[in-house]
Amino acid sequence: MKTVKFSADFQFLDEIREFVGQFAGENGFSEKEVYSIQLAADEAASNIIEHAYVEVKNGELEISCGMEGDILTIVLRDHGKSFNPDSVRPPNLKAGLSERQIGGLGIYLMRKLMDDVKYESTANGDNLLTLTKRRG
Amino acid sequence: MEVFKKEFKHCDVLTVKGRVDSATAPQFSQALDAVTESGRYKIVIDMSGLEYMSSAGFRALLATQRICKRYNRGEVVLAIVPERIHEALELAGFTELFKMYDDPLTAVGSF
Repeated sequence: MKTVKFSADFQFLDEIREFVGQFAGENGFSEKEVYSIQLAADEAASNIIEHAYVEVKNGELEISCGMEGDILTIVLRDHGKSFNPDSVRPPNLKAGLSERQIGGLGIYLMRKLMDDVKYESTANGDNLLTLTKRRG
Repeated sequence: MEVFKKEFKHCDVLTVKGRVDSATAPQFSQALDAVTESGRYKIVIDMSGLEYMSSAGFRALLATQRICKRYNRGEVVLAIVPERIHEALELAGFTELFKMYDDPLTAVGSF
């Protein structure tokens, strides 16, 4: 696993996308897949910064990337408030303009772009969000 | 991210370049708000120079489309949407909410 620690601030989203994108590219994912992985990681990280660290300055977001066979795993670890993405209702994509929900879209995209999304809060207060995607 | 505005007789064209994410979406929203607050509700967004847009940008588009559609024939339309961004918009179910054009002048002419 390759791990980088980021400050939990939106201004580091560029670097987060760069980190996961480079890792995925080096491991043979196509340009289209790399874009999807970057978008999913961005949505995951944005969500953590916005919700887990809502009242916290200088929060830390640790991101690890690993490859096993043709499966990419990205783990986002934070020490903030636990925020389970499963608790967010998926948006109704058939709703008209006025009924369309503004929230929940990022989490929905993250799930659609990756093969699997898993969330867990550990006993020592860390939250782990694990995203996986198969190459090809 | 950079955003420029050009006024035409019947609509405004906003050209957005670079990357729109949670960090830059507020700036993108402000540019859109500035147009609607000036009383203009026909907007073309030229995305030819856009490299990346997350759901934070999609939300700004949705909010502005809601404002514009309240007014007589007001609307936000998109021009030259890059393939990857189009795919993400489609996944988000946004392709039904925004007309898309292959070039900005056709989009301007649609108003």
